[in-house]
Amino acid sequence: MDEVLLQARSVSKRFQVGPRLFGSRRTLQAVDSVDLTVTAHRTIGIVGESGSGKSTLASMLVGDERPTSGEVELLGRPLHQLRGSSLRQARRDVQLVRQDPYTSLNPRMTVEQILREPFDVHPDLAPRASRRQKVSDLLAMVGLNPDQLDRYPHQFSGGQRQRIGIARALALKPRVLVCDEPVSALDVSVQAQVINLLEDLQRELGLGCVFIAHDLSVVHHIADRIAVMYLGRIVEEGSPADIHDRPQHPYTKALLAAVPEPDRSLHAEGRSRQIVLQGEIPSPLDPPSGCHFRTRCWQAESRCAEERPLLSGADTDHQVACHFPLEVTTGRVSG
Amino acid sequence: MTALVEVDGLRVEFRTRTGWARAVDDVSFHLEEGRTMAVLGESGSGKSATARAMLGVLPAEQSRITAGRIDVAGEDILQVAESRRRTIRGAEVAMVFQDALSALNPVLPVGFQITEGCQAHQRMGRRRARERAVELLDLVGIPDAGRRARDYPHQFSGGMRQRVMIAMALSADPRVLVADEPTTALDVTIQAQILDLLHRLQDERRMSLLLITHDMGVVAQMADDITVMYAGRVLEQGRADEVFAHPRHPYTRALMQSVPRAEQKGQPLRVIPGSPPDISALPAGCAFRPRCAQAAHDCSSPPPLVELAAGHFSRCHLARRDPSVSAHG
Repeated sequence: MDEVLLQARSVSKRFQVGPRLFGSRRTLQAVDSVDLTVTAHRTIGIVGESGSGKSTLASMLVGDERPTSGEVELLGRPLHQLRGSSLRQARRDVQLVRQDPYTSLNPRMTVEQILREPFDVHPDLAPRASRRQKVSDLLAMVGLNPDQLDRYPHQFSGGQRQRIGIARALALKPRVLVCDEPVSALDVSVQAQVINLLEDLQRELGLGCVFIAHDLSVVHHIADRIAVMYLGRIVEEGSPADIHDRPQHPYTKALLAAVPEPDRSLHAEGRSRQIVLQGEIPSPLDPPSGCHFRTRCWQAESRCAEERPLLSGADTDHQVACHFPLEVTTGRVSG
Repeated sequence: MTALVEVDGLRVEFRTRTGWARAVDDVSFHLEEGRTMAVLGESGSGKSATARAMLGVLPAEQSRITAGRIDVAGEDILQVAESRRRTIRGAEVAMVFQDALSALNPVLPVGFQITEGCQAHQRMGRRRARERAVELLDLVGIPDAGRRARDYPHQFSGGMRQRVMIAMALSADPRVLVADEPTTALDVTIQAQILDLLHRLQDERRMSLLLITHDMGVVAQMADDITVMYAGRVLEQGRADEVFAHPRHPYTRALMQSVPRAEQKGQPLRVIPGSPPDISALPAGCAFRPRCAQAAHDCSSPPPLVELAAGHFSRCHLARRDPSVSAHG
């Protein structure tokens, strides 16, 4: 068993939204009692649509947001109870790679300045004289030419900018990398480069990764485990094979069926989509009672409105939060 | 099959810091009645500029059309008077944009915005146009259409807004619908709904659909015909079944292979090195040459678009020389 690096225990995040006046503020439950374990050398993929709470979860995992309840433990330390220098130390160990390489880099700083900044914040990590070398090494590590140190972000393509973002995240030698939609802003032909780079770096550095994306085929490729989120809750978790070939939650099945199949021969065989999910994800300000998915589920019964299904499974590796999990049939759900 | 739209030798230039650059260069295709043509390309491929040229909605100061014809139902819309073009736009060809929030007027109720189209093109009275707007909203699957017609764009979700924009595009009963990345900003389950809607509408009205996208899955699901664009040029064109079964351009093949598949798990993905070129500094010869695994020395001269099989075109020196090139990928 690999070393546990990061563990979320029943973390929830609630936001108060709306005007303060006359007590009309309402509660938005962005993340609801999520458990998650990140181990060294392993990638956990999180999939879900917008509004599923996956980005809020990422912010809590890296310590940017404080959970309303529950806790995040990083290398055995409670991340959200740390203060001052111990917090600063801890935050080295977990870094975030953001979606948009166009806005997450300061346009007025050169690549060298961007990559040096982490060492200025943590001066004990590298003596001043060695920092330029460190920065060139980082650039080389992500496959960029160290000659380009004096350039500005706008002089790079989207894929190169995302590489710079990854280099910055790796500067402090983190143990855990949280990637929030790291390739979705990139051109199709460039996405594969960045995915391969992340996989190589993980192997080399033994990182534990959280890979958040809405693109199921990308997550299936990169992840060792996949958690499916819907309206702030994990509704199913398992190995990529479990999730893809033996989905037990109706939402997982519908989500997989919604992805257009790029293999045209499968369309020709008439294996086109069978399920088109009706309606849209409900507002997290007013989620349905019981199972959040019941309003769009084709097999919901009265129990689903009354009782929240909890994650469980005979097979502890494959967990599903559904009162009426789907029969496990062999073979892939046709896309 | 009759071609409703024929684009021939279209060239669109954009103003850049270094002068005018060709965003669309020698692009030709035809759109047949009731069929879907997918234009597949990455950023800078010229796919959106081509669509905008068809509607006459290119940015006026930053762009110009310097060559080519765009025939819509037998009329070259680049030659006709602006007033006539306005009639064609809407009544013959209408467009759905990626970003419905910025394409709709934020301060007018959506029903009113649809009404405008009906009144302008079909000379309907106000009352009839209003009824028509509600019918259209209902047609595109907006629940409680009568009430929702009075709502403003911001009161709709992303998917519902996209439906409103489709309703608006349908207001003058066009024969051709141009959809520029209509589902890119949407979640997959909503994307599936919108693609189904487009498919149904097209079927019912025998509309032609020009679908602009970067998503291979969307193309595989929707297209009857495919045009693959790169750096402003058509690299491959043909019937979708034919192009998917026998891609004849290295770029098309590489794109198809870069999509992660279940059976590739545990292996590195096939990559296309580098990134799409800047149109103001295109490489000489074949624009894909610097990224092409099969590039040879004669690729530094511009390859012609050659018909390799009936209706199947590829712009590659190698495809022309060696027809077996498609066999090994």
